Amino acid sequence: MKAAVLPGPLADNPVLSRWVSFPKPGKVAVSTGRVEIGQGVLTAMMQIAADELDVAPERVAIQSGDTDLTPNEGYTAGSLSMQFGGVAMRQACAEVRALFLRHAAGALGCKREELSVRDGSILRNNAPTGHDYWTLSSAVSLSGNATGDAIRKPVAEYKVVGRSAARLDLAAKVFGEPTFLHDMVLDGMAHTRVVRQPNRGASIGTVNEDAIRRAAKGPIEFVRHGNFLAIVGPDETAVEAAGAAAPNHVVWKGVEQPSAPQQEASWLLQRPSIDRTIGSPQPSAAARGQQRYEATYTRGHLAHAAIGPSCGLAVYRDGHLTVWTHCQGVYPLKAALAKTLALDPKSISVRHVQGPGCYGHNGADDAAADAAVIALRLPGRPIRVRWRREEEFAFEPVSPAMVVKVRAVLDEAGRPVDWTAEIWSGSHSGRPGHGANLLVAAALPNPLPPPPPADVPDAAGGGAVRNGEPLYDIAAKRIIHHLIPETPVRTSALRSLGAMPNVFALESFIDELAERAGKDPVQYRLSLLTDARCRKVIERVAEMAGWKPDLPAGTGRGRGIAFSQYKNRAAYAAVVVDLEADETIRLSKVWCATDAGLVVNPDGAINQLEGGIIQSISWVLKEQVRFENGVSSLDWLGYPVLRFSEVPEIHVELVKSASDVPLGVGEVTAGPTAAAIGNAVSHALGARIRDLPLTRERIMATLLAE
Amino acid sequence: MSKQFALTVNGRPQSVTVENEETPLLDVLRNHLGLMGTRFGCGLEQCGCCMVLIDGEPETSCARPIWNVAGKSVTTIEGLGTPERPHPLQTAFIEEQACQCGYCLSGILISAKALLDRNPSPSRAEIAAALDDNICRCGTHNRMIRAVEKAAARLRQGAKR
Ligand code: FES
Ligand code: FES
Repeated sequence: MKAAVLPGPLADNPVLSRWVSFPKPGKVAVSTGRVEIGQGVLTAMMQIAADELDVAPERVAIQSGDTDLTPNEGYTAGSLSMQFGGVAMRQACAEVRALFLRHAAGALGCKREELSVRDGSILRNNAPTGHDYWTLSSAVSLSGNATGDAIRKPVAEYKVVGRSAARLDLAAKVFGEPTFLHDMVLDGMAHTRVVRQPNRGASIGTVNEDAIRRAAKGPIEFVRHGNFLAIVGPDETAVEAAGAAAPNHVVWKGVEQPSAPQQEASWLLQRPSIDRTIGSPQPSAAARGQQRYEATYTRGHLAHAAIGPSCGLAVYRDGHLTVWTHCQGVYPLKAALAKTLALDPKSISVRHVQGPGCYGHNGADDAAADAAVIALRLPGRPIRVRWRREEEFAFEPVSPAMVVKVRAVLDEAGRPVDWTAEIWSGSHSGRPGHGANLLVAAALPNPLPPPPPADVPDAAGGGAVRNGEPLYDIAAKRIIHHLIPETPVRTSALRSLGAMPNVFALESFIDELAERAGKDPVQYRLSLLTDARCRKVIERVAEMAGWKPDLPAGTGRGRGIAFSQYKNRAAYAAVVVDLEADETIRLSKVWCATDAGLVVNPDGAINQLEGGIIQSISWVLKEQVRFENGVSSLDWLGYPVLRFSEVPEIHVELVKSASDVPLGVGEVTAGPTAAAIGNAVSHALGARIRDLPLTRERIMATLLAE
Repeated sequence: MSKQFALTVNGRPQSVTVENEETPLLDVLRNHLGLMGTRFGCGLEQCGCCMVLIDGEPETSCARPIWNVAGKSVTTIEGLGTPERPHPLQTAFIEEQACQCGYCLSGILISAKALLDRNPSPSRAEIAAALDDNICRCGTHNRMIRAVEKAAARLRQGAKR
């Protein structure tokens, strides 16, 4: 018989004991390769396991992100934890449950159909049998592979999944217990700060050690390896003071810094690029002669700007390197460390400990690698690296600036019949797994060459082209993608990747077309959409907001709508924004309707959706990484983010969905929120701004041009 | 040359010996007293992660030298309440699930506590304004504001702080 298809992560890690075990009476341990990054994934996994195994949620303990213990699920990214990791967990638990029931049926001499499980106890025709998971656990081996034959429960039978569950990790945080990697203390641990190489290829000229020692006002030592320089000591205060002073006392050769003009997205247009076209061929001659419309949208570089700078711990003892990290992928980091440090992967363990929310690939992997490099030079001594705030802003990989030019050919009714999105962007994929791309690598002796430029594959949703194609019913659509291989700073994945600038562009453009056609933006969108789930979120959000056509424009008050299906194949979200605009923009209300398929933890999902909306508001109104002889937005004044009194009221609703596939929600609101703000600003001002962020200068310039 | 300073932390007298009298209070709390609940975010007095109460006033601790806090009374998140005896703010934050990563949480709870101590019936706008010195990068703002409103209501009804 042909084996059933296993969900991806389970196919990669088929041994059931990797996923589920029964360590002591009454307890279930489940293991996931996904890690907690503030999104509540462990709580959702617990819910899935409890339901599929039929045990009370309190019995379930979760192990996550440990290369010695948990399944290898790559990165916790792309809003895929539920869609893939969650389904794998469901299947693994279903298989385990089936194995126990098969064994019990044999022991009791009864049919498998007579048996069921209630809170871990095995029942026969609903009566106790005296057997449970724990009494049978020595007899039922979980060392075999999942087969895919076990049937997962129908959604209707779920009791825990689909109900809001309190986050498992929240109480400890509210009481200030040590929960983050930053709080971890190892015996004999040394604190360290790195004196950062300004750029790949820069080399250390001179180091004024005496001046740095004087600044430390406490004991420090230096660790130097090629062009890697770190300050190490027992007292964090002294090490921090030395780390802050050090850049003034180290002279570098071969320094190349990004300059102010490179900060603007338009700089990309003059750069060499790797080009390709996706989708319909170029418009035929027949399409000529009709109406055409074109507009260009841009967005600057964005920082992840985690609230706490990155941290990494490592110890090298008896030939084994152990690393603690808050990064999104312990297995890829392990592989990258092995490559960068020329170590046998078997001699490396990487463990995840929670950190501040990262929203993508920030400095976490790099800080872990820093700690590993120092630990290897100081065997036996636990090493803690904590980046400085300025270091995080200057050296974390940023989300690339993007230019999106949209062109359409329109029919007589003003509806698009041919659509081209031309996209210029650096790579959204600089993760360490893609070729030992760790910051420290360039500073080591005989550095590995930088990994070849590549973007996230289209099969994984694409990077710069993510959501670049509209879902509207248009006869011919294409994307022209210009990947800019050389960017002024390292670029990588930030929440939603290219989807934010792309959805901003195409949903702004659709509004512009609606306006030209003299149509209401909601009606115009619906007239171009047949997909029921797309239509549903738009209709619902319009109802929630009490959408009225024909509100006058240019009054200083504006309302805008936008919608998207994340990656054109995951969750759906439509957003309406109300705001006031004069020389500044103040959002008053946001409504959002989302279809996320099977929602495991509704309150957790809403929390994520709200977070995505607020972060996107912040990006759109305030955020851009600035360059001036290097990254010059080095603190929260240079890189302001949304503050409490700027946050609008937000109403989020989960639209009921017939689908039982869970779709992640962490990223889906990024694009529609950005575009809804853009559309509302245009409505308020009677003039459109196509460049993000929507700064005061841009608003003033637009108003003056009117 | 090491120096000794005396201060009160969460109601308990403490004496700390530091090499450098400019040692920030945050380092003293975390590295000398092992109180890890107060967190480093920027070291620049810009984000509020390191907020504590100093003689009842909400203050950042990341750039506050220890000599400047000698003889004063400091309350950290660990002094706000415990799982057995939670402060109404802590209960409300759990009920409202007002957290994503939670790294900002200690500072925000301290700011909120200071607000409720001086204004038992704050409006939404007043709560937001009081929390403007704290950054939450995850976007949990509205839940946090709701939690503060809830805690304020309970405190007005006589809940124990
Ligand atoms: S760490 Fe003190 S204000 Fe940011
Ligand atoms: S919950 Fe993550 S910064 Fe506030």
